[in-house]
Amino acid sequence: MTMKILVPVKRVLDYNIKPRVAADGNGVDTQGAKMSMNPFDEIALEEAVRLREKGSASEVVAVSIGPQAAQDVLRTAMAMGADRAILVKTDQLLEPLAVAKILKIIIEREQPGLISMGKQAIDDDMNATGQMLAAMLSWPQATFASKVTVADNCAEVIREIDGGTEVISVPLPAVITADLRLNEPRYASLPNIMKARKKPLETIEADSLGVDLTPHLTILKVEEPSERKAGVIVKDIEELVSKLKTEAKVLP
Amino acid sequence: MTQSAPQEAPIEREEMEFDVVVVGGGPAGLSAAIRLRQLNPELSVCLLEKGSEIGAHIVSGAVIEPRSLAELFPDWQQRGAPLDTKVSEEKLLFLTEKRFFPIPAHHLLMPQMDNQGNYVISLGDLCRWLGEQAEALGVEIYPGFAGRHLHIENGRVCGIVTGDMGVARDGTQKPEFTPGMILRGKQVILAEGARGSLSEHAIRHFNLRSHCDPQTYGLGIKEIWEIPKERHHPGFIQHSFGWPLDDQTYGGAFLYHFGENLVSYGFVTGLDYRNPWLSPFEEMQRTKLHPAFSHHFKGGRRISYGARALSEGGFQSLPQLSFPGGVLTGDSAGFLNMPKIKGTHTAMKSGMLAAEAILEALQCERNEAVSYLARVKTSWLWPELYEARNIRPAFARWGNKAGALYSGIDSFIFRGKAPWTLHYSHSDNETLLPAAQCKAPSYPKADGTLTFDRTSSVFLSNLSHEEDQPVHLRVQSQTLWEEVNARRFASPESRYCPAGVYDGERDADGNWSLTINSQNCVHCKSCDIKDPLQNIRWVPPEGGSGPNYSSGM
Repeated sequence: MTMKILVPVKRVLDYNIKPRVAADGNGVDTQGAKMSMNPFDEIALEEAVRLREKGSASEVVAVSIGPQAAQDVLRTAMAMGADRAILVKTDQLLEPLAVAKILKIIIEREQPGLISMGKQAIDDDMNATGQMLAAMLSWPQATFASKVTVADNCAEVIREIDGGTEVISVPLPAVITADLRLNEPRYASLPNIMKARKKPLETIEADSLGVDLTPHLTILKVEEPSERKAGVIVKDIEELVSKLKTEAKVLP
Repeated sequence: MTQSAPQEAPIEREEMEFDVVVVGGGPAGLSAAIRLRQLNPELSVCLLEKGSEIGAHIVSGAVIEPRSLAELFPDWQQRGAPLDTKVSEEKLLFLTEKRFFPIPAHHLLMPQMDNQGNYVISLGDLCRWLGEQAEALGVEIYPGFAGRHLHIENGRVCGIVTGDMGVARDGTQKPEFTPGMILRGKQVILAEGARGSLSEHAIRHFNLRSHCDPQTYGLGIKEIWEIPKERHHPGFIQHSFGWPLDDQTYGGAFLYHFGENLVSYGFVTGLDYRNPWLSPFEEMQRTKLHPAFSHHFKGGRRISYGARALSEGGFQSLPQLSFPGGVLTGDSAGFLNMPKIKGTHTAMKSGMLAAEAILEALQCERNEAVSYLARVKTSWLWPELYEARNIRPAFARWGNKAGALYSGIDSFIFRGKAPWTLHYSHSDNETLLPAAQCKAPSYPKADGTLTFDRTSSVFLSNLSHEEDQPVHLRVQSQTLWEEVNARRFASPESRYCPAGVYDGERDADGNWSLTINSQNCVHCKSCDIKDPLQNIRWVPPEGGSGPNYSSGM
């Protein structure tokens, strides 16, 4: 099969880092903090690489939209198995709509048979780009995937939904967004990281694509969650029950 | 004969060949790698860093002397090196429990403590910058991979083996198992910082400590605070000694204003301390309550926490610097200048000199970079360490007050050229007194605004640690632990570990048990140093594990 899979990956604040609200209260301070690939995108990439290894696809292309430093996550993507990468370079912070518009142009150029992407990014938790992209392309979408099987130009996808799972079949080309349980991504091994340095990485200036990237949302304020109160150790069940009744008021 | 990873079944490992392999992305390793490529752009140089990125495991004060940086990059200012805060005001205080006494004109008495022309920086940020410079010069940097074994063939080091990834807690291979690879190098530069695991292996294997004093260490614990702009005095630095430590315990606090409204506060405790009840973490916390320090934190919030052991021994404790196939640099060798409270400029210089010696060895096809020692001896590094040599051992011998007095005499009258050399008589693991003979200090309870407990502190180190992996802190004999650590010293590791990894508990029947929360480990190496019988061994966990210190650290 000669299907190409496109995997959009986002550079986000590493999931181990405790985010800190920037001094101006308008966002999160990422200055000097460790950045890495959005974990859901890693899962989507792993799935794409596995499909290629099974022979269901012939090529995996990773795309990132962001600053020059985003090429680090593309190198990681190639170390994990992507064959080549495209960086759409911009220093602007983009909203899902703008990202979907840029991806649409890249997709028209690359003509992939499948888009495998994370269901959301852990920095803004929007959960929107995949859906917007599918709508713009008029392609079917299978979101929150926890299992993907590709056969006969169709993808059978098990979706995680409230209270259980749902199995759907979508004709390709389609957009699939990965949920947490889809797979366990592999390590980027040292030999593969070394080899990834030699794989092709193309850079395109976002401005050259003629897409309107104007933001439509205004951030009013970013706050840290209120601190959790310290727990207390109770002596016995009676004290617990009495505290649940009188203090927490969760028992009648 | 090959002596590499002791594995039950032989694992097939990929191999890669370089001219030089550098282990550790701190100031020493990066300076060495940069120097190599500056001198010969044809050399293939590979640098390995166990942190998830360059800078992720770097903790230092830091006030640095820009001397070595200027030798490495004479145009460092144009290149935008992150040295932005010049030292503007300096205090050295002697503390009693309630009061403090500034030591007047101390920089005249002890010229090594003069900080004019020095900068307050984040060493993590400097390393990130050095990393960029190194990559631009063609050094291949691989963060997230730990050097796990030395690869020794025919009596010489000829590379290193990286750690396996994807091994379960019980030692079995998980589905995502990825074997470590062999990185071959004609020369290996060990730049792991104090008590590096491969460096210690090399020191044992080649018997590099046969002609020097034992190394003595300090444990530095540090916090970064963000304070209101109107209370921030960029370039103000303060050091203290005396309270809360007793006269027999070496150490003190530092506090530096730097960057954008940041304050770096930390406390260094000499790991040759004797009282097993002492907690370096609690000493650090309670010093913040002292009137000499408390007002600096007013209205601020703590944003980062970290800890790291440092080599304090200096001149007398320097091991043999080269061995067949490799060299020791920076704090792995012990180039820190303790009286100066600085090790970055010496680490960088040692890295640069090692690079020059290695280049010569490669050109002459020699096994060992033997000219490294001669280069150190004819550079400014040697006299600097020589003149400082008697200060730290004087404190170890005579306590803090007499030690300070001696330091003044040694520095002011003899200018470091006294016709004698004081020695260290013990390793840090030999100094503890039995718990029954010592009094436990009474530490105040954490107040949650100025002082904190270890759990909430470690939370600010941004730790990452895959749970399902073998415990990387190995207690080799449980029986020995119970007999000696528990019964004789009342589990000192429960107190000296700045991350709360060890939890030794005695039940009602008097039986002891030890819990090891290895996922909390910030890689400071204190347990490997201080454990009385050297029964606890620190080995590198899965690469990329450990703290992720952010910018400013």
